[in-house]
Amino acid sequence: MNRIIKIVLLDILKNKIVVSYALILALLSWGSFMLEDNTAKGLLTILNVILFTVPLVSILFSTIYIYNSSEFIELLLSQPIKRKKIWISLFAGLSIAMFLAFFLGAGIPLLLNAPGMAGLMMLLSGSLISIVFVSLAFLSCILTRDKAKGIGLAILFWMYFAILFDALVLFLLFQFAEYPIEEAMVGITASSPIDLARIQILLHLDQSAMMGYTGAIFKDFFGTAIGLLVSFVLLVLWIAVPFLISIRKFDRKDL
Amino acid sequence: MITLKNINKKFGRLQVLQDVNLEFKAGECIALIGPNGCGKTTLIKSILGMVLPDSGDILLHDESVLKKFEYRNTIGYMPQIGRYPDNMTISQIIEMIKQIRNSKKELDEDLIKAFKLDKMSDKQMRTLSGGTTQKVSATLAFLFNPDVLILDEPTAGLDPLAAEILKEKIIKEKNKGKLILITSHLLSELDEMITQIIFMQDGKVHFHKTIKDLLESTGETKISKSIATILKEKQHEQNN
Repeated sequence: MNRIIKIVLLDILKNKIVVSYALILALLSWGSFMLEDNTAKGLLTILNVILFTVPLVSILFSTIYIYNSSEFIELLLSQPIKRKKIWISLFAGLSIAMFLAFFLGAGIPLLLNAPGMAGLMMLLSGSLISIVFVSLAFLSCILTRDKAKGIGLAILFWMYFAILFDALVLFLLFQFAEYPIEEAMVGITASSPIDLARIQILLHLDQSAMMGYTGAIFKDFFGTAIGLLVSFVLLVLWIAVPFLISIRKFDRKDL
Repeated sequence: MITLKNINKKFGRLQVLQDVNLEFKAGECIALIGPNGCGKTTLIKSILGMVLPDSGDILLHDESVLKKFEYRNTIGYMPQIGRYPDNMTISQIIEMIKQIRNSKKELDEDLIKAFKLDKMSDKQMRTLSGGTTQKVSATLAFLFNPDVLILDEPTAGLDPLAAEILKEKIIKEKNKGKLILITSHLLSELDEMITQIIFMQDGKVHFHKTIKDLLESTGETKISKSIATILKEKQHEQNN
């Protein structure tokens, strides 16, 4: 393994915040499975917790960690290391750490209590969502030098995707209730990583029946193998695009 | 050894380096002086690739260093204000840089002993005083026996004893035929070390002379006095 990734990873794992994050996830997951009488209900509870907390912790922790690593980055820059390698190693280190925390915290109870397709889907989407928000953290860090602004931007990203986006979708649904917008909704969903993950998991829980006609359209599209592939490709794009923008900027930055 | 060709750099609207052309040869010890904000640190950071010039080229051994990184193997850099990860100890920092450089060359650990850093190697970086942090920076710059040493205000913040140790080390390395670039405001300290002097102002190189030429042209015996003479003459010209 690359030396810098190792240094970053060890530094993060020493940090007690990530460990407590994993513990809290574990507590929530085990708790939901024990409190609900069937796994589907348990999964739904976990789903809501995961889609709310995982993005928040990922983006906030990563943003603050990157700002706090500015000394480390500066130190490495005067050493014979490629600029891009420094940035990629930081990203890899943070992504691995957030993935590990999610996997150990929520992944293990999921695999033990809901070993089916739905559990696997939740594990996969949760991991991807963790990394998507690490990538968005890199974008907000590179957009501004000011730590307070950068962290503020990260919080805005999270608020937008976790809260505002749903409100916007609801607003659109009510405004255009008279029109056949179900298919357009499929397209709009792609513009939020959290909703992509939510729909994939809901479809595997067979809860889409509760979503009426829109649910049926969603099932027609996202329920197929191609739909599944498309939504995962979209999630990967949500990781790649913000990070690629940030690495381009980092390569040209004066430090 | 190092050649700078027509370097220009703007920070926003502020022109920090304006058409800088310089040449440094091995075995020289060059002082880069000038008022605050004249572009000394930006010039140094351009050589290190931390600041990317808008135009122009920087050559090391006749090869462009822009957008490259391997060349930094031959450079030791001591920053003006060393910033290190807070929760690492002195020995962890040194160990980490060793791992990253992965150098097979013999390490130069003279300064670790001279500064007695080995006796406090378990201290965390955030607990260190400014001077001790400078000592760590100096140690790291000299550690890998680089051919080029770039020292940004090396003695600022060091106590007289440590400054003397560092000065002796610089002279020793110069005599080994290394290129040494120093920026400093303490002209009196430079007397015994340097062979050439570069005076910068407002992002431009004002003059680049050997010490001998400088002293002869002004008729002084000390660098500080001859610089003062030049500055006075210049002020005089401007007033007329």
